[in-house]
Amino acid sequence: MYSQGLIGADGSTEETQDFLDAFQKRIDAEEKIEPNDAMPEGYRKTLVRQIGQHAHSEIVGMLPEGNWITRAPSLRRKAALLAKVQDEGGHGLYLYSAAETLGVSREQMTEELLSGKAKYSSIFNYPTLSWADIGIIGWLVDGAAIMNQIPLCRCSYGPYARAMIRVCKEESFHQRQGYEIVMYLARGTEAQREMVQDALNRWWWPSLMMFGPHDADSAHSEQSMEWKIKRFSNDALRQKFIDATVPQAEFLGLTLPDPDLKWNAEKGGYDHGDIDWEEFWRVVKGNGVMNRDRIKARKKAWDDGAWVREAALAHADKRAARKQAAE
Amino acid sequence: MALFNALLELADDHLVLGHRLSEWCGHAPMLEEDLAMPNMALDLIGTARVLYDHAGKVEGQGRDEDALAYLRGEREYRNCLLVERENGDFAVTMLRQLYFAAFMEPYWQAGLDSSDEVIKGVAGKAVKEMAYHIRHAGEWVIRLGDGTEESAARMRDAVEELHCFTEELFEEGAAEGVDALPSRAAIRPIWQATIVRIFAEAGLSMPEAVYPQTGGRSGQHNEVLGHMLAEMQSLHRAHPGAVW
Repeated sequence: MYSQGLIGADGSTEETQDFLDAFQKRIDAEEKIEPNDAMPEGYRKTLVRQIGQHAHSEIVGMLPEGNWITRAPSLRRKAALLAKVQDEGGHGLYLYSAAETLGVSREQMTEELLSGKAKYSSIFNYPTLSWADIGIIGWLVDGAAIMNQIPLCRCSYGPYARAMIRVCKEESFHQRQGYEIVMYLARGTEAQREMVQDALNRWWWPSLMMFGPHDADSAHSEQSMEWKIKRFSNDALRQKFIDATVPQAEFLGLTLPDPDLKWNAEKGGYDHGDIDWEEFWRVVKGNGVMNRDRIKARKKAWDDGAWVREAALAHADKRAARKQAAE
Repeated sequence: MALFNALLELADDHLVLGHRLSEWCGHAPMLEEDLAMPNMALDLIGTARVLYDHAGKVEGQGRDEDALAYLRGEREYRNCLLVERENGDFAVTMLRQLYFAAFMEPYWQAGLDSSDEVIKGVAGKAVKEMAYHIRHAGEWVIRLGDGTEESAARMRDAVEELHCFTEELFEEGAAEGVDALPSRAAIRPIWQATIVRIFAEAGLSMPEAVYPQTGGRSGQHNEVLGHMLAEMQSLHRAHPGAVW
């Protein structure tokens, strides 16, 4: 689903200046870098980290939305949510495959997720407390993801850029679906309207945090921009998201929970209140309300499934041996 | 009314099993299965929706798919007991899927000739879906049965747990005498052949005659269904008349 605001990427690299210059020249010429091309170690590491975080976000992101599949209020919504969560799993799969082209295995990445070494988008460490959260996540969280991922379709690394094209199409469908859920609730009974306003109140600020720290505090952004892994700064994307979302909320008669939000004619965009960065870092560092539960759920699925994966391998070996014996 | 009741039985089978599969979403043993199980669940829920819609129209009381799915209690549900069984481990889930799909594929084959246009339409789509459910679940039953010592033991336990619920698949139920629907009893030899073939490859033996557990078609369920419906229906029932 998302991974702007890459946390803790290490872009350090040790190649000669000539090598780096030649590489930069290819980047500047907008050539796509492909798996077998020579690349600086820092470029490779940054991508492994970013694509891995992105893949993990898709997988962990299945949990908060999956929380409502069994309680979806109509069969149409149940089918749509199931399909949506399945799409997220599919995104995880392409992304792990894209990362594997850089020489890291899905198993390795999974172990890093489960050990807490690899991060995933902090947005999924918030709980889904009502059905309205499903609509709001589609509208805001997938909306924020799209803002970030559209530029990734032009990322310098070919496999990542190509994966993003399909991912973006699906995300844009998810966003419309989320907005449609929200629209029904906003025009529904009083209880439904309260439910959706409450969900908006809870998800608005975390959605803004999805774009990562302010540019001044974003440690590794500059190198990523230079390598054209990243095309726009965190703050620029956040602004774009706010400007697109405010009129959508107004259309629905919903109130965004920020008294300082107002149109600034001079800059041609909205000004907004201060983001609580203390909360952001607290959740990133593992102290959000759902961090432990999310990893616990992933770990349980992985551990409980170990015998299945072992059996599949054992059967494949036996089958191969039988085939060989028959030849 | 017989057609209405028979359609409900079919629709309930599909919704309940689809719901059970959907419970796995995000918790599967591997990412590929996190995609495959929702896929199969979507097939089943999609079929259930068409059948409920059709049943509502046949009944003519203005009940739509959601009224039928969300506003009937466990005593009114008419699914067979097999599909309501809890997911258990992956062996139980895959065997349950195989047992059901191995029945439904030939059932829908027969349904291709139905005099009822809706049934015919559903059959045309579902017959392909059930064929790949057999393939997918069947391959897992083989992998697990032939895999490690542990997986083979789990697979045998799954057979032990579920086999007594298979007899009910062949009960005609409300469809007795309904011409638009295929005979369930006639499916038995085809089902049997599919299971025997897959079990042979999986190294599993067909259980001796076990005492058949039935009752779903008359609303006599196991305890597990009430919990499933309580969860599934909670939000819908908490907001009577709301549109979602």
